[in-house]
Amino acid sequence: MKLEKYEWIAIAIMVSLFIFVGFIQGWSVSLVILNMCIISAIMTMGVNISWGYAGVINFGVMGFLAMGGLAAVIVSYPPITESWKVGGIGIGISFILLVILVIAVMYINKSVTNKRNRYIFNTIFIIFGILVIRHFYLDATESIEDVNPAISGFLGGLGLPIIFSWVVGGFFAAGVAFIIGKVALGLRSDYLAIVTLGISEIVVSVLKHEEWLSRGVKNVIGLKRPVPYEINLQNTDWFINLITYLNSSKLNNIVDVSDRQQVLNNLIIDGSGIFVKLSYAVLFLTVMFIIFYYANKAQLSPWGRMMRAIRDNETAANAMGKDVVKQHLIIFVIGAAIVGVAGAMLVTLDGLFTPSGYRPLRFTFIIWIMVIVGGSGNNLGAIFGGFVIWFSWIEAAPLTTFIINQLTVGLEPTNALKLHLLDSVPYFRYLFMGLILLLILRYRPKGIIPEKVRHS
Amino acid sequence: MVDFLNSIIVLLNFIIIPGISYGSQLALGALGVTFVYAILRFANFAHGEIMSFGAMITILFTWFFQSQNIGLGIFPTALLALPIGIIATIILCIISDKFVFQYYRYQKSVPVVLAMVSIGVMFVINAIIRIIIGTETIKFSDGQKFIMKAKQFKVMTGLNEGLALKSSQVITILITILLLTFTFWFLQKTKTGKSMRAFSDNEDLALLSGINPDRVVFTTWIIVGVLACVAGTLYGLDKSYKPIIYLNLVLPIFASAIVGGIGSPFGAVVGGYVIAFSEIMVTYAYKKFFVYILPISLEPSGLVQLLSTDYKFAVSFSILVIVLLVRPSGIFKGRVL
Repeated sequence: MKLEKYEWIAIAIMVSLFIFVGFIQGWSVSLVILNMCIISAIMTMGVNISWGYAGVINFGVMGFLAMGGLAAVIVSYPPITESWKVGGIGIGISFILLVILVIAVMYINKSVTNKRNRYIFNTIFIIFGILVIRHFYLDATESIEDVNPAISGFLGGLGLPIIFSWVVGGFFAAGVAFIIGKVALGLRSDYLAIVTLGISEIVVSVLKHEEWLSRGVKNVIGLKRPVPYEINLQNTDWFINLITYLNSSKLNNIVDVSDRQQVLNNLIIDGSGIFVKLSYAVLFLTVMFIIFYYANKAQLSPWGRMMRAIRDNETAANAMGKDVVKQHLIIFVIGAAIVGVAGAMLVTLDGLFTPSGYRPLRFTFIIWIMVIVGGSGNNLGAIFGGFVIWFSWIEAAPLTTFIINQLTVGLEPTNALKLHLLDSVPYFRYLFMGLILLLILRYRPKGIIPEKVRHS
Repeated sequence: MVDFLNSIIVLLNFIIIPGISYGSQLALGALGVTFVYAILRFANFAHGEIMSFGAMITILFTWFFQSQNIGLGIFPTALLALPIGIIATIILCIISDKFVFQYYRYQKSVPVVLAMVSIGVMFVINAIIRIIIGTETIKFSDGQKFIMKAKQFKVMTGLNEGLALKSSQVITILITILLLTFTFWFLQKTKTGKSMRAFSDNEDLALLSGINPDRVVFTTWIIVGVLACVAGTLYGLDKSYKPIIYLNLVLPIFASAIVGGIGSPFGAVVGGYVIAFSEIMVTYAYKKFFVYILPISLEPSGLVQLLSTDYKFAVSFSILVIVLLVRPSGIFKGRVL
């Protein structure tokens, strides 16, 4: 893939931003921002694939992220045998019954042709089925939630390394997306936006309140990391040697032995933090490049060409024999799966799963701003959007503080207006986001790095 | 007989009255969304924030009036501040149209782009509100809180169950009736209203007949401003004012508008009540009701609750999904004012 000049400039800007922050605010801060930027970039690529390639709107980002997060919990948390003992059978039975119910409804939809009869049968079956399932389900969940509620109170997971959850999270999100797509994809784009937004709220509220599954608002903490812990690193020989070697010139200048040990200890503590964040960054970057590579390959393939054809003129594509509905579903599921991967990575990075933390403003609309600002239909643009927007989201607060202090420099430090403005610094980032979005939509509606028009 | 009366009172107290007042608030909100959708042809995600903005201005002036000791006696002071809030909201709507939406209207952008633009507007208004008033919960209703307390009712009728009537609920219902009557009268009887309906029905034909589109849009924003500010203030008066709630309120409002048939004002009103009642009815525990109405041998052991109240929010969306599946055009076929 050949890059244009302005694309090189965009990459240079991204890299230099982090170096700049590294020198001003410290490398630790810079790496924290970098890690979130990479995850944001992956989410943005996921949305970009469905919106940019095929014009399928996906406002359910928050729900897919939460599914990814759930995957991280289920894969990595050690299993709680006691919960399984008391509630496993009940949950199993209700799950089997649910599958039977779904199959029955599908069968009715297929075999009963009369529309009115179909509704009646469906309603009866669903209500009856739900009543039966509830009977098993409520008992089971109650006994699970009673198992040691302060520490566990849920089913736990499989106890596997958390890194597997990145794949599983993709599959979870894809599964949910498949159901949503089956239900909603025939709708007009702005209806679809509202419906996906609503369904993502439903997904999150299920995760919030089904405590047997996700511990709900009690949160899951202490998920195992895929990278070493700082405290272990600080006691490992090779790491201490590495730090000593890297700082040998600085250490050699210090003559006093105890002083030298003191300095070395501080360096090791700082270094271990940075090392952990660097390892995360390497893992995340690997995932990002893999997705980027295949997304680009897909875009340039005949399949990607078909997607663009569907996006630009659905009727014409349909007339050419392309199954528009099926392709919409496929691309919606793929996009959601990538978002799900990002969701699992997000939980991995935090080490905890907080269902109540999923809010549409932060996890749906900001991602969409990233897509629009970066340039829909261009994967590099998506990454760029993710980096720039997340960067400004974080750096908005210090910047605003600086601006307010400059503007109100004539006022006394106890001035009510100044204090009020300084108190509301966190809210200025919303103002910035809104203004960025409005300005981009007005003056560069195709995004900062627009999609390349291909004549081939 | 007494048991039957008691059970009716239970329903009235816990389902019907809260349902009507919440439904009225949703209906006013959904009506605003519908107006934007029918005339300007996009889904306005900023509507919740516009409501919030109106409520905020009303609260600020309520505080001002309270500090000046100006009040309405038994009525909440907010009613006095409401007209100022309405004017501010209309100004906000017209400014956002002039600086943002107008450009895309002239460009004839597709609805999705306008929806994105409205998200940008949503962020900006959201930030302004939080910068001005913060994120705390604010209670600003004063005056007489209850028209009838549960205890009074019990003493009055000698029944077991009390019926409480909050003044905010009565005010909500009265203002809604007033505003809805006025809106529908305006649409059906006045010349401007008729031109708006013509515009929403067929834009090109309306333009050919000499209807001034800018004037129609201007009137629309005025109506939207009034509806949004009143809906926001009533919601804040009834529950309490918290900026984040209004962001979440957008979803039930959209659900109401779509369930009723987006673009149809009558549908929006009906949709508001449908959503409100289903949210309350599905999550209400009917035990008390059945205790009165059934003989003792049949008394239910559980709470007789279809879904726990945690899912209140999810209910409106499930209804939206079901309606879209069964009848995609909504209850009343939309797209015409």
